[in-house]
This record gives sequence, structure tokens and C-alpha cells, in this order.
Amino acid sequence: MLTPEQIEQKLDRILLKVQKPGRYVGGELNSIQKDWNSVQTRVALVFPDIYDIGVSNVGLKILYDQINQREDALAERAYAPWLDMEALMREHGIPLYALESKRPLACFDLIGFTLPYETLYTNTLNVLDLAGIPVRSAERDNSHPIIIAGGHSCMNPEPMHAFIDAFVIGEGEEVIHEIINTIQTFKRSNVGRFERSNLQTFKREDVLRDLAKIPGVYVPLFYETSYLEDGTVSHIEPTVPDVPKIVTKRIVAKLPPPPTKFIVPNVDIVHNRVSVEIMRGCTRGCRFCHAGMITRPVRERSVDEILSAAEEALRSTGFEELALLSLSSSDYSHVLELVTKVGEKFGGTHLKVSLPSLRIESVSIDLMERLKDRRSGGFTLAPEAATERMRRIINKFIPDEDIINTTREIYRRGWTTIKLYFMIGHPSETLEDVKAIADLCKRVIAEGRKVIGWKAKLHAGVSTFVPKSQTPFQWVSCDTPEQIKAKQDLLKRELYRDKNIKLSLTHAEDSFLEAWLSRGDRRMAEVVYSAWKKGSKFDAWQEGKKYEAWMEAFAEHGLDPLFYTHRQRRTDEVFPWEHITAAVRKNFLFQDFRMSLEGEIRVDCRLNCFACGILPTFAGLRRETPGEGWKCPEVKSPAIKVTSEPAITHRLPLVGD
Amino acid sequence: MRIQITFSKQGALRYTGHLDLHKLWERAARRAELPLAYSQGFHPQPKISMAAALPLGFSSRCEVLDMKLEKDIPLEGLRDTLQATLPPGIQVLSIEQADDRAPALQTRVVSAEYEVTVVEPVDGSELKRRIDSLLDAESILRTRRGKSYDLRPLIEALTCLSSPEGRGEKIFMKLSAREGATGRPEEVLDVLGIAFEGTRIERTCLNFQS
Repeated sequence: MLTPEQIEQKLDRILLKVQKPGRYVGGELNSIQKDWNSVQTRVALVFPDIYDIGVSNVGLKILYDQINQREDALAERAYAPWLDMEALMREHGIPLYALESKRPLACFDLIGFTLPYETLYTNTLNVLDLAGIPVRSAERDNSHPIIIAGGHSCMNPEPMHAFIDAFVIGEGEEVIHEIINTIQTFKRSNVGRFERSNLQTFKREDVLRDLAKIPGVYVPLFYETSYLEDGTVSHIEPTVPDVPKIVTKRIVAKLPPPPTKFIVPNVDIVHNRVSVEIMRGCTRGCRFCHAGMITRPVRERSVDEILSAAEEALRSTGFEELALLSLSSSDYSHVLELVTKVGEKFGGTHLKVSLPSLRIESVSIDLMERLKDRRSGGFTLAPEAATERMRRIINKFIPDEDIINTTREIYRRGWTTIKLYFMIGHPSETLEDVKAIADLCKRVIAEGRKVIGWKAKLHAGVSTFVPKSQTPFQWVSCDTPEQIKAKQDLLKRELYRDKNIKLSLTHAEDSFLEAWLSRGDRRMAEVVYSAWKKGSKFDAWQEGKKYEAWMEAFAEHGLDPLFYTHRQRRTDEVFPWEHITAAVRKNFLFQDFRMSLEGEIRVDCRLNCFACGILPTFAGLRRETPGEGWKCPEVKSPAIKVTSEPAITHRLPLVGD
Repeated sequence: MRIQITFSKQGALRYTGHLDLHKLWERAARRAELPLAYSQGFHPQPKISMAAALPLGFSSRCEVLDMKLEKDIPLEGLRDTLQATLPPGIQVLSIEQADDRAPALQTRVVSAEYEVTVVEPVDGSELKRRIDSLLDAESILRTRRGKSYDLRPLIEALTCLSSPEGRGEKIFMKLSAREGATGRPEEVLDVLGIAFEGTRIERTCLNFQS
């Protein structure tokens, strides 16, 4: 294996031939380089997209801090090199290395990938290959690192089951320590061979067996999926006795202090900012929203904790922007107090503060006004749908009048650009529902013109809905390519005439790729493998993705992409991810799905607990963490009995029936 | 108050370009809690300016920047304060107060000196011969980015600092760095027949108009 010095020498010869070589050299302020030999366990954390996107990822930042705070472990970082760099690395025999020590990834004990979205799957394979590590778990031996992955897309890990040794389901703050401890137990008993960094004297399977016993860790090797004749899953069973039948996600009872020593890159990246997570989870229950379903319960940080973390992080980074992150800022209980204090503290310092995901109401404008010295930039709102029927179906109910009144007020108070986000392809959506999006945009800009004339601009971002596992829409069919094209064409016809409305649409192909992976089964792993072999990578980028490669891969394995996308699931269908749970019960999701078909909305669950399943699963944690930090009802000791919902008796009406 | 900072730029920072370096100093100043002065207008920018852009991949022992502050601060201890907030690769060499009315640094640079280390083995005597013939030429016409120009008058000095064995040859060059008349070391190397990838280039001195 190449030494760090050899890698650096080779890099020196190629770096000036690539775009933005600063991506590949490390040396950033607040990066941590520990003495390699002073620790027992070395972890490489990988964001399998380019540096520019990966550096600011908060999830990996949390893990980087957690691991580096330990005396007995270190964490370094790696990202996927862009196409130009990858070609040169392969040509010059440079394996993928970690930025801090420049050691090849293959030297580490543990490699942790974050997989927030499905379009990173082929890149994950590519990263392993570039690191000289066999891509398939089954082909790795004791000399190779253990490969783990976590992140939102792992709520259905099956399409990646052949490549990842162990998945972390849910939040990683605590479980990462348990994983490292397990690895250390093996290393410690390996007396006399401590200098070897790998777990060489052990059967890899023994290590994996112990990892599988950690709550929230899923080791696919120990599970087997059987299929019915129609290609759907019949059942999923553990193949060994001591692993759980169902892997339940992990959560932390209380959010640990937010990271403050953000890495300050020496080259420009996408988000040059300090991010402080003000709240985790969401109580709104929008039925399309994966994050909202899988990150429950809602846990809030105190205003003081957020302020002091922001202050410390800004001091240690000098960044020009502060982002206060959550899935729904307006729902943070102390949002007014927070923005007032942020305004007082940082006003006049040229700091840009962003507060995404605001509700469509005039209070949001007050909040933004407190944060901004100038009305620069746009004001973003996400109605998601434009007819009352659709809004009921997706459970994001905002009357048109609220949208018109709020947007008029935004223009009136000095913003000239409003961004509205919509989705097409919601279940049972018709062309009339799509036309309503265009009509709403026209009404908004017409109102804007009444107030500020021709300066008023509107940006309509229209993406295509992708049904995700563990949500009420996990049963629904996607639109076909033809339907999506018809809907997008309609929007173009309606909106391209107005020069002050900018319409952006997602590529239909991107949505399909995401769609067949998000609800894919184990057989999809072979498709992922073949698509990568045929050259598809960077699937989130037009420069990398090869749609034909995916199509060929499907054909090669005798699978039909429409089976995964354009198919209404049976009501009794066993899902490929049935053995993984985000602690929101399938019954609850199904009931919510049924309500959507009948246009029934569910209110914010802060007002009324709908017994989604979080509380019974985490009753112990809630009892230990009483008070306002969680937004679920308090649990008395012993655990309250949650009344089960009535059994579903009638047959589910199928969309399109 | 206007201060002038001289610093070195080495290691990983060689791959940080001019605009990014600007940003780096802006953040360092904020971390050190310096009262940065900003320009007026819709997009206020901190008033930081560099003497001469350093090409990507070059290291330097002599970069100079100029920073305007909203109010006067004591210079004592400032070097340590700033140094503590900088990433590895940037070393503050000196900080001085500058005359508020002095013209911008960029307009005062006249020449830059470079030391080139040739990493790949080259024939030392052949190199010397090439240098001599280059210096003897009256003009060296070259084309860069579609524009032709004469390289020769931009070369103020060029010598070989070679060791006798011909390993680790070093070349010293002093090139004009006036606005609109800037010599580039890689152009000189190209004339000498030395591949740019096989060299390490360090800027060793910036000369200013007094």
C-alpha cells in the first residue's frame, strides 16, 4: 500500500491538471489530524459526492466530532473525486485517500458512508473501487475495512445490501460509539498484533455478528428475503438466531450540543456557512415527506444553546452565513425569541442568516425582517400543491387566500423575488391540478405587480414526487414518463410566456432513478452494480449519470423498472424494507394513506397525538427526558398504554380503480 | 486604519486560488475580531486587496496584502492573534501600518522573483546553455491565450543555481510584474524546455516602486 508521502508526491504531479485542486489536499482550518499510531480505531467518513457538496454536511460533521473526541479513535474524511481527478488517479495508480493523513482508505478499520439520497449509490461503489476495496461485501476479507452506511436513504437499505457490511438505522450520535467499541473489543483481544491496523486474525463474520447485536445496526448478511411469484416479497427472515427480526431505528433522547468547529474550506464550496440544527423531526405529517416521517419525535434545542453554539461556531470559522436548520422553522416553539436574539446579537455584522422552511403566513415575513438588514435574495415558500383536493391528499393544507395574502405582503415589504416550490406527480393528480399550479403562479405575480409593478419576479421550482419507504405514500404508484412529460409540458406552455416567472423542472429521468431505488428490493443491488459497471456514476449530475446504462442493467437482470415505480402496491404487500422500521407503525402509515384517499387531513400532532408508534417504542427515553424538549406527550411511569387504532376492514380503494 | 500584511503561502494552500485566498483572509480577520471596513453599496465587500495574484500551485514567501479597518487598533500582538486563526500553510511574516493615502498595492508592484526547483533530473550544463541563449536573444515572441507578446523584455534576471551533480537544479528568475506587463515563470520554463509539472515554483520576493 502506498505511504502518505508517496501519495503526496504523485498528487503533486497531477493536481494542477484538474479543476479546483484545492478539493483534494485537505489542510483546512478545524480539520483534525491525530497521530495515527496513538489510537486503536481509525475511521474514514465518506460523503460520496464531490467535496464542494460534502464538506458542509452536518451529519458527517457530528460524527467527525463524536469520534475525534475519543482518545482511542480518530476520524478522517474523504469525498468522491470529480471525473477529471478520478481519471488521473486511476491513470497514476493513486488509491482514494483520506484528506487529513493522505493514507489510503483501505488502511482504515472502518469506513462510514453517509447516504442521504439514492443517487449516491453508484458513487459509493465507485469510491470503494477507487480505494482498492472489493465492492461486494462477500468478496471482502479480514484485511479490508468494515464498511458501514447511514443516512435517510438507509431506511430502505436493500438496494445496497450487497455492498455495505452494516447499516446504521436512524441517528448516529450514540451508535457510532457502540460500533467503535465493538471493533475495539476485537482489536484488544488481538494481543501482540496491535500494530496491525486491520482486524486480521478474526473471522469477519464474527465482527459482523457482534455489530448486528447493537440496537439500530442492520447487517444484511444475516437476513434472507424470499419472493412470491409476482416478484413481490413473501417474507424476510434472519438466518442466524441472535439478530433481531426487525431492526428499529436509533434516536438520541436529547440532542447533544451542536458541533461548532466547522471545517473552513480553502476553496469555494456550495454552503459556506455555520449550520445549527435548532430542532429535529417535524409534527406536520405531510404525507409525501420522508424526512418528516423518519426523524420523529420532535426534539428542540433551547434558544440559549443555539445562540451560544452559533456564536462559538462563527468565532471559530469566520463564516459569512449562519443557517438555522430544521424541517419546519415556524414550528420551533421559540422561533420568535430566537430570531429576535439572533438579530440583536449579530445585527450590523454583515452576517447573513438563513431560516429555511417557513410556513406560509405573515408571521414568517416578520421573522425574516428581523433577520435581514436588506431585502436581498428571494423569499422561499413551499405550497407543494395548488388545489384544495391535492393539498388534502398530501396533508399540507394551505388555503389559496393565505398564499396570495402572504406573497402580496412579501412583495409589499420589499422583496422582489419569491420562490415557490411545488411537486407534481402526487397520487391521483390530474392535469387540472397541475394547471392550478400555473394559475396560482400567475395570480401571485399579478398581485406582486399591483404592489411593486414590473419589478415583481417569481421563481417556480417544480419537482417530481418520488414515493419513499416508511411514508404513507409507500403504497402509491409513480406517474409514468409520459404522464410526467405531459404535466411538465403543460407548465411550460402556461408559464414560459411570462418573462418574470422563471420555471425550473427536475429531469424526469432523475426522478425515476430515485424512485426505483427508494422502494427497491435486494434484486436491485445487481442493477446498481451493473449500472455502475456500465459507467453510471454521479447520478445526481448530468455529467455523470448514464440513463441507458441503468436501462441495460435492468434488462440484463430481467427486471422491469416499472415494477418498482409505476405499480400500486397491494394493501397486504410485504415491503422489501419490512424488517427495518423508523418506529412509525405500518398500521399508522396505512391509516394515513387511507385518509389521504378520502381527502382527510390530520392536524399538527403537537395538538393531538395520533399514536404513530414513536411513543411506545421510545417510552423509556421519553420518561427519562420529561418536559418541553420533546413534542410528544409525556409518558407516566409505567408506560402509558396507547390505544390501538381500529382494525382496517374494508378493501383499500386503489388509485385508478 | 490601513495595515499591510506580509505572509507566506505554502503546503496545501498552494492549491488555493486568488479569490479563495481573499475569502480566507476575510474569514481570518473575522476570527481575529478585527474591525474590517466594508465597501458601500448593495453588496458590501471587505476592503482587502492583494499586491499580485499568485498562480495556482506556486508557493510563496512574500505575499503582501492590504486591509482597511474601521478604527485604529494596536499592532502589538496582532501578528500572534492573526496567526492563531490561520490554517496551516499561511505564516504571517510582518504587519505594518500603511499610509492611508498611498496608492493601491497592485499599482506599485514592479517585479517578482521566483525560485524554481526542477524535481526531475536535467542536464545542468545543457540547462545553462539554454539560459544563456535565451538571455542572448533580443526578443522571444510567444502566444498566450491567443495574444502574441514578447517575453524577453519581461525577463529582468535569469540564472541557474545548480548543484554540480545535476540533481535538484534551481533556477532563479526576476520577471516584470507591472500592470499589463507581467512575465510568467511557466512561459520561461517552456522556452527552456522544462516541463512545468516537473517543477516546484516559489515566489521569493515582490518588488515595489518606492
